[in-house]
Amino acid sequence: MSEFLRADDVGKSFGGVHALAGVSFSIAKGEIYGLIGPNGAGKTTLFNVLTGIYMPDRGSFRLEGRDITGLKSDRIAAAGIARTFQNIRLFASLSALENVMIGRHVRTRAGVIGAVLRDRRTMAEEQGIERRALALLDYVGIRARANDSAGSLPYGDQRRLEIARALATDPLLLALDEPAAGMNASETVALRGLLGRIRHDGITLLLIEHDMRLVMNVCDRVLVLDYGEKIAEGPPAEVQRDARVVEAYLGTPSAA
Amino acid sequence: MTKNGRWLWLGFALIAVTLLLLPFALQQVGTAWVRIANLALLYVLLALGLNIVVGFAGLLDLGYIAFYAVGAYVYALLASPQFGLHLPFWAILPIGAAVAALFGVMLGAPTLKLRGDYLAIVTLGFGEIVRIFLNNLSQPVNITRGPQGITGIDPVRIGGVDFSRSDNLLGVVVSGPMKYYYLLLLVMLLIIVVNVRLQNSRIGRAWEAIREDETAARAMGIDTTSIKLLAFALGASFGGVAGGMFAAIQGFISPESFVLVESVMVVSMVVLGGMGNIPGVILGAVLLSFVPEILRWTVEPAQQALFGRMIVEPEVIRMLIFGLALVLVMLFRPAGLLPSAVRKRELTHERIP
Amino acid sequence: MDIFVQQLVNGLTLGAVYAIVALGYTMVYGIIQLINFAHGEVVMIGAMVAFTVINALAAAGMPPLLVVLVGTACAIPVCMLCAYTMERFAYRPLRGAPRLAPLISAIGVSIILQHLAMLIWSRNVMAFPQIIPLTTYSFFGASITGVQIAILLLCFAIMTGLALLVYRTRLGTAMRATAQNPQVARLMGVDVNRVIAATFVIGAALAAVAGVMVGTYYGVAQYTMGSVLGLKAFAAAVLGGIGNIPGAMVGGLLLGVVEALGAGYIGDLTDLCRYGLGPEASCADGGHFVLFGSNYQDVFAFLVLILVLVFRPSGLLGERVGDRA
Repeated sequence: MSEFLRADDVGKSFGGVHALAGVSFSIAKGEIYGLIGPNGAGKTTLFNVLTGIYMPDRGSFRLEGRDITGLKSDRIAAAGIARTFQNIRLFASLSALENVMIGRHVRTRAGVIGAVLRDRRTMAEEQGIERRALALLDYVGIRARANDSAGSLPYGDQRRLEIARALATDPLLLALDEPAAGMNASETVALRGLLGRIRHDGITLLLIEHDMRLVMNVCDRVLVLDYGEKIAEGPPAEVQRDARVVEAYLGTPSAA
Repeated sequence: MTKNGRWLWLGFALIAVTLLLLPFALQQVGTAWVRIANLALLYVLLALGLNIVVGFAGLLDLGYIAFYAVGAYVYALLASPQFGLHLPFWAILPIGAAVAALFGVMLGAPTLKLRGDYLAIVTLGFGEIVRIFLNNLSQPVNITRGPQGITGIDPVRIGGVDFSRSDNLLGVVVSGPMKYYYLLLLVMLLIIVVNVRLQNSRIGRAWEAIREDETAARAMGIDTTSIKLLAFALGASFGGVAGGMFAAIQGFISPESFVLVESVMVVSMVVLGGMGNIPGVILGAVLLSFVPEILRWTVEPAQQALFGRMIVEPEVIRMLIFGLALVLVMLFRPAGLLPSAVRKRELTHERIP
Repeated sequence: MDIFVQQLVNGLTLGAVYAIVALGYTMVYGIIQLINFAHGEVVMIGAMVAFTVINALAAAGMPPLLVVLVGTACAIPVCMLCAYTMERFAYRPLRGAPRLAPLISAIGVSIILQHLAMLIWSRNVMAFPQIIPLTTYSFFGASITGVQIAILLLCFAIMTGLALLVYRTRLGTAMRATAQNPQVARLMGVDVNRVIAATFVIGAALAAVAGVMVGTYYGVAQYTMGSVLGLKAFAAAVLGGIGNIPGAMVGGLLLGVVEALGAGYIGDLTDLCRYGLGPEASCADGGHFVLFGSNYQDVFAFLVLILVLVFRPSGLLGERVGDRA
């Protein structure tokens, strides 16, 4: 199994706090890989370091063999990793369609000259962008809301919109930070279907999640973090039985 | 055509006709009013340029007038007795625009990572530095002639037509200022078209994304630094074009025309009209250019009639109105007179009652 | 070296005044993250009011110190009222709005204040009456006037007083708490509105005193004196670390010295004749070919501002800004 994404001894501290204390893992192409752990374990920090929002203090990331450590967010997106955010960072005043169209920025080229001259190639590209954006809205199931402002969408739709926007960047790896947060049971089922379709279409998935049922059902393997360290890695069923994981979530039996 | 569409076209046609006939009407009242109209058009150009920086990309630039100054001085140095150069109008404008864009990049490159209010102050400092240099580059080598400024700047000459003189066209007198009016109108139209196209393009969307949430924009692959720099450079280049035209029209320039207050005035026009909204910005520029002039013409005689002397100079009233307008707009209509729909959502949904 | 001490003395004097004005900026920024553009104009108003009173009393033959004190005493309440009004009506309603809104409002306020001053006092320059005898003392080869000494002592006293206020009184603690976390401060019973208003008002009192000092030092006051002074003092606040009170003091003094030394030496430093690079015609017979003379003095403050914000935005004494997005 060739390593699609590989992390080696990634470390990150904030002042005296070791948010990540030497984490290593690897994800195979086409996997759905889960990242779980109690609150404050360092999951989002790992995302942020991977996607260029923070610089790691040590360690490296390799995507299909290419070293992407410390690249800025926009270079990471260009390299093929797109993400969503834990507390949803949509462009709230813009429409759903515009949000997804912005996702196409990194794969399109029209510049100032094209914008001003509106030549044939630019116009063709623009039409392509809009078509693709509409198709993506359809893919995640919110086509009807294309022209509504992103901030006015119901919560579940906002999460799906964020995924559509990330998909618009044509990623190789899609990193989702708690995509099911705040969703009810039926929404979570729909999300499961969406994740399955995304994997079927060849995109590797990395998920942070707290919804254990979703993790069990959807992930091929999970990584468990606690206090910035990896304490288990493997298929969900195995990890679930790991004593250290149980302890991290529930505490030792003697704790009252 | 839909009913609404028909009314819209009628409106446009009406505006177009008014604009075309305006100088003739104003000329009847006095050539001074045509000059005021030209000044208003120059401010519209400035406001449109600043709109790219402030309105589209959301970067508050309080030193924008520096680019106007650069464009004006480039024109003055290349078309006046100062160095004995007399390049033609159509050659100098692009040079002025390019030099201004260069200054825009020089300002933007080190400062774009700064937060909003810090960026505002830095741009202000930059504007002042440019003005101080222009004021002092008369020693040891006399480049800008310091506070005296440069006089005798060549007027625009296109195809044998001298724009500073009056001509007789089919029995109608077309004065110099009137000719400049139409030239400015043409340039303004071009710049409006460029702005509208920029706004509805990949670059325009990127600017909006950056303005909304820069981190998310970055995460979606937008090279925010370059795109912001582009906004600065483009905005600066429009300022440079306006500056060049100003130099040609007025015939002389001095650092006095490029003080901080002017930067603030252009910012006021953009803010008042509606940041990011092209018609709004034009409206803001026109209002803030014409209203003070109208005031001047009414307030002076009114004071003379009522009090027998001038109590309050019109200039002071004008500035008081500016200041008040800024505060009142922020308090009651922060998205501007004609808010862009996007801006309105941004600025009103964040208010804590 | 001959002018070094003199420029140092002048620089420290001016720097002390910058520091007092910078305190106003830094306190307001620390508590509501607003750059109070209009603060420079409050300084100007202090100077103008004081000059009016001083000029009126000058003929009465009172001791000069008393005249200046009375002038200052009249200026302080006027400035405090200005500050309270601007906070209450132009800034408070905008507290929840995006950052740009109160900044633009502040610009508007500064324009209003400046032109109200023009209305009241006209464009003319007001002169300080000749009531203070000029006493000069020798100081390490330079001369220092009685006025300069008074300014330095007074500024020192004010800075000490303010430090005591901020670190030893209940109001000061409330101010610091509000600066750190307004919501929690409110929950702990602090009347946040009152505290913010007090911050503005205290800053205005300082501004009034600074205005009198500047006016006395230069001997003139005019409605335009506020803007450049305000910008320089703001640069000083940023240099020291905006929001940091000791920083404002350090920044002010440092900026004053940098400006004075810079203005003093830049003429010589950029005199091409000294390096043998100047044209024959100018350099013959000990002539000069100065690229940048002392007339570029104002540029220093702006350059410092830009350099600090680009390379060390937290200033000299501020906290390190981390590599957060």
